[in-house]
Amino acid sequence: MNILVYAEVRNGKLKSTAGELLTEARRLTGGKTDSIHAVLLGEGCAAHAKTLATYGAGKVFVVEHATTNTYQCEPHIQTISQLIQKNSYKVVLGAASPTGRDFFPRLAARHKSGMLTDVVSVSLDGEKVVVRRPMYAGKCIAEVMSQTPVTFVTIRPNVIPAELLNAAAEASVENFQPNIDAAAVKSKIVEVRKGKSEKPDLTEASLIISGGRAMGNSDNFKILHDLADVVGATVGASRAAVDSGYAPHDMQVGQTGKTVNPNLYIAFGISGSIQHLAGMRTSKIIVAVNTDPDAPIFQKADYGIVADLFQAVPLFKEELKKIVEHS
Amino acid sequence: MKILVLVKHVPDTETKVKLAAGGKNLDDSEFKYMVNPYDEFAIEEAVRTQEKLTGESVVVSLGPTRVQEAMRKAMAMGIDRGVWINTDGHGGELDSFCVATALAKVVAEEKPDVVFVGQKAIDDDSAHVGPMLAELCGMPHVQVVTKVEWQDGAQSARVEREVEGGIIEVYDVKSPMVLGAHKSLNEPRFPPLPGIMKAKKKPLAEKKLSDLLSDAPLTTVRNYALPSEKSPGKVFKGEPLPEMVKKVVGLLRSEAKVI
Repeated sequence: MNILVYAEVRNGKLKSTAGELLTEARRLTGGKTDSIHAVLLGEGCAAHAKTLATYGAGKVFVVEHATTNTYQCEPHIQTISQLIQKNSYKVVLGAASPTGRDFFPRLAARHKSGMLTDVVSVSLDGEKVVVRRPMYAGKCIAEVMSQTPVTFVTIRPNVIPAELLNAAAEASVENFQPNIDAAAVKSKIVEVRKGKSEKPDLTEASLIISGGRAMGNSDNFKILHDLADVVGATVGASRAAVDSGYAPHDMQVGQTGKTVNPNLYIAFGISGSIQHLAGMRTSKIIVAVNTDPDAPIFQKADYGIVADLFQAVPLFKEELKKIVEHS
Repeated sequence: MKILVLVKHVPDTETKVKLAAGGKNLDDSEFKYMVNPYDEFAIEEAVRTQEKLTGESVVVSLGPTRVQEAMRKAMAMGIDRGVWINTDGHGGELDSFCVATALAKVVAEEKPDVVFVGQKAIDDDSAHVGPMLAELCGMPHVQVVTKVEWQDGAQSARVEREVEGGIIEVYDVKSPMVLGAHKSLNEPRFPPLPGIMKAKKKPLAEKKLSDLLSDAPLTTVRNYALPSEKSPGKVFKGEPLPEMVKKVVGLLRSEAKVI
């Protein structure tokens, strides 16, 4: 049983999800690294082959091609399809990142094969691939079985802890030249504009600090950004804060925003509507600060403080600073 | 210009999910439904595109009788007519591939220049149907679209899509295409009262799912479970705030080990 892992590269950097995917792949093959192939696409991506080996890739395909150096859906699909034809794979794994979620469903449809998105675990039941995936933004977990010989799976980032196999491991590296049918590329990348923030996206962040309607206005979010900077956290917001115009929509956590699962989620002035809780309930540790002792968020919080956020935020900043400085 | 918009009826975001038949199904008896929030941006973009470039707009939905409500809302916002794929009486499971194949047949008949979809549905959170439909119809797709500028009439468009960290990818896309609308694409209008009245009389054609379905599902749900509830945490109140913050931060380090 062979597994292909799509190891994502953006801006020349290997995404940390690669280690998570390879760890899950190793579990599926029972530790057999020969059966685990990984593919890297992008300019200069060969430099990452070594890292993939240390996480368990036995073979790494390196693809440097004019059409795949910057992500474009169709050339990525053609390349991976050619690898699938060459070697037969039981599972093709990727991360449920904006890139993975963009091309995997289309790739799966091209192969008329099962597609399972945003999964939190993968297993085999006989010959069939079975996954667990949250639905309704995490209000329930579905166990879903694929019925096809090859199955395409994207795994939610930050769920499976990446485990290094062997820092000295080596993989056999093969340069792979895809045949790209240029006529089929009907959507062409013309520009990639940098984001405002250098911080990880909410969906990939391991630390999140969020503000709710109680923030009162957009200027007040600055105190959360200042606090977040101390520990390298990403700042989020509740729907109430976004709808009130205090924060941009791309910061929204919840069922109609982003589903997040950081190690630590600190909610300031967020009451905890069902749809917000749905989006952040899988955070490993939740801290809530709210003036209302009956706020539903306290039911989900590991640690809570009944207090005014404007008084609490500077104190959190002070305490966290001490820890950062001493570690 | 021919514009299609796909609309899904989903359980309201305030819905509590309960299990039925020991987890074989979800208990939908108390579900209240709404237009999938991302589809509202798709509808609005369809209406605006038609206002600018003229032509015809069509809403397509797949589901039981109640989805007509969602279609009427789209028509109240300005969509001209509807094609409803009626799933009443369909006992079997439908995965996103089945849905995409049925929708692809309607797209093949309607021959649109653009198909607007919501970038994902908030119930299954899969975001499969847009890209799968595009594949089945041989069209390019762009997901999580935040800006569309039409070029040469409707021959092509410059489309922006948002990815992680606020990075924007800009694409030139040839028509016909599938575009998955994201939140900041526009601000959906409230259906105006005259629009609501007019919508009642707009044509809504019905198709039977069984006539459009050709494949068995490629994935099937074995069961559902509810997430495990956490045991109640420690809530501090009434002490001096600096003490409480110190305790919590201390616990984050010593007990939770997350910092």
